[in-house]
Amino acid sequence: MAKWGMVIDLNKCTGCGSCVNSCRMENNVPNVGDKAAQAGRTMDWMQIITEYHGNYPNIRIVHIPRPCFQCNNPPCTKVCPVHATFLNEDGLVGQIYQRCIGCRFCMAACPYSAKSFNYSKPDFPEAYEKTLNPDVTRRMNGVVEKCSFCHHRLAIAKDVARFEERDLEEEDYQPACSESCPTNAITFGDLDNPEHRVTHLMHSNRAFRLEEELGTEPKVYYLKKEDK
Amino acid sequence: MENLRNDPDYTLYRPILESDRRFYWMIGFLSVVILWALVMYIRQLVYGLEVTGLNNTVTWGFYIINFVFFIGISHAGTLISAILRLSQAEWRRPITRMAEVITAIVLMIGGLHPIIDLGRPDRVLNVFLYGRLQSPLLWDVTAIGLYFTASTVYLYVPMIPDIALLRDKTNTKLKWLYTFLSWGYEGTERQKHILERAITILMVAVIPIAVSVHTVISYIFSMTLQSGWHSTIFGPYFVTGAIFSGTATLLVVMIAFRKLFHLENYLKKIHFQYMGILLLVFSLFWTYFTFSEFLTGIYGNEPKEMSVIHYKLTGPYAPYFWTMVICNFIIPVVILSFKKLKTIPGILFASIAVIIGMWLERLTIIVPSLSSPRLPIISEPYFPSMTEWSLFAGGVAAFCLLFLIFAKIFPIISIWEIKEGREEGLNEAKERLDSYLPDTIISEEEAT
Repeated sequence: MAKWGMVIDLNKCTGCGSCVNSCRMENNVPNVGDKAAQAGRTMDWMQIITEYHGNYPNIRIVHIPRPCFQCNNPPCTKVCPVHATFLNEDGLVGQIYQRCIGCRFCMAACPYSAKSFNYSKPDFPEAYEKTLNPDVTRRMNGVVEKCSFCHHRLAIAKDVARFEERDLEEEDYQPACSESCPTNAITFGDLDNPEHRVTHLMHSNRAFRLEEELGTEPKVYYLKKEDK
Repeated sequence: MENLRNDPDYTLYRPILESDRRFYWMIGFLSVVILWALVMYIRQLVYGLEVTGLNNTVTWGFYIINFVFFIGISHAGTLISAILRLSQAEWRRPITRMAEVITAIVLMIGGLHPIIDLGRPDRVLNVFLYGRLQSPLLWDVTAIGLYFTASTVYLYVPMIPDIALLRDKTNTKLKWLYTFLSWGYEGTERQKHILERAITILMVAVIPIAVSVHTVISYIFSMTLQSGWHSTIFGPYFVTGAIFSGTATLLVVMIAFRKLFHLENYLKKIHFQYMGILLLVFSLFWTYFTFSEFLTGIYGNEPKEMSVIHYKLTGPYAPYFWTMVICNFIIPVVILSFKKLKTIPGILFASIAVIIGMWLERLTIIVPSLSSPRLPIISEPYFPSMTEWSLFAGGVAAFCLLFLIFAKIFPIISIWEIKEGREEGLNEAKERLDSYLPDTIISEEEAT
């Protein structure tokens, strides 16, 4: 069984936001509008967190792209009362939008603030309608959603592999964020495959995981930003 | 009817028999508030949680605060009444009924709050269809369901003799209700025996259930990894806070009905003084727990924990936090420790302060932890919206309304227990007191 994971090189990340936008397009993440955004209700499956170190002019900025970490020991799935969020057979943390009762317990439990709640009925502008991805469900009002590692792409890749009567190869499955990253900061692949680049990077001495001490075992690794 | 007027406990029947214009005014006013809350809730159903002040970091606000607050008050009742009954405190007699009514009503209101808070209340049945016992929310559903059942039965069973009295002695439009609810109780030896057995079993059963309820409510928070929530003392801390706010509410209710129904003969100063001691003890307990919780956090100096503590002690939630400390510690301790201040208005003031303080405690537990996420994400401040305030007002109004309606239909002080106290309690208490004393000759069987 593949253990899908990600390594994000913070040296390479420029904070351009291309992963955020491609994610929005790919997963039909609604734009909430100015008013809701000011109230803190922006929906971000992929979010760029910016850390500032030091004071002007000796300032050092670190951009941390944050998808869902698809923890191996997820705190969010434990607390869900209705099995609407769970660790699925691909090792990813799934969300069943049709079952979610909207109690937002998983959001309170997630130490990474990776989940968003649909505070209103998702509303897509007319021009946007035509670009919606038919492979991804549009969520309804009142449910929790989050990054799925573009799980629909995995499903398609599996189908294609079966149709072509071969095993699934790693290059068949790439989420939108890693595909669109202009600096190749995001590497995606099977963390259990010793041949793959992602495993090599994961064992780099710059590698770390966020809030690792909580024991959530995130499947997203970061490579520390080094000053040059 | 005439002989009822000569009954020594006529005061207790009077609210049921006679109507007061003030009563209808109050009912009308409260109904308007509830209706307004209902309109606001329907609006929320239509638009979704958009109408609240919540956001993606502060995902729980007023509804969950009020849920914890109302369920906390419910501990007044059953727990205090059960403990007083169990310890055979004679002064309990005029208090138990009110305490039990508070529990039943407040559980109804509090139990609704998680449903109000849901993004998809239409799917609430999923909790039963796909429920996972692993989730603390399921523990809550179970514990609150059990507590509601137990406490309504515990309210109803000791009420049966009173309902039978009303059936026999009064002739109101509600006679059919009394006939139905009294279950043919005639006060025979056998019936009395069964009733007493039932009350004993219920009061013993209800205590662990009551303790479990607020414990599992605290588990909602402490089972997560959030700093400020992930604490082992949360169970007992919440239970203490619950009994504390419950005692205060019971005192307010006692003082209100004393004035409203002229119960000065039944609720004497001594009752308030004893309850005041209970309130003082729980105030000190609460302070002890709060102190321990914060000292451990500050001493450890763990950065994530400290950011929440700073939020509470010096940050944007400092005004609420320090008001809470004044309301829950300084005011009750000062008022209840000095005999001069420990008058009925003084106790009323302290109780209201405690109720406000405990509400603020729920606020300062829930919101600051959510407002300081572990990752450096900007969290927008949480301001409750009009809808949330309205539903809060609606909850408080529903409490008052249901209480008034109850008091209009059933006696608010247990008539038969007062009568029993008058006829048997005096001798029993004397016998019991005699048996405590060293001069009592112990019979031979007892000695062996």
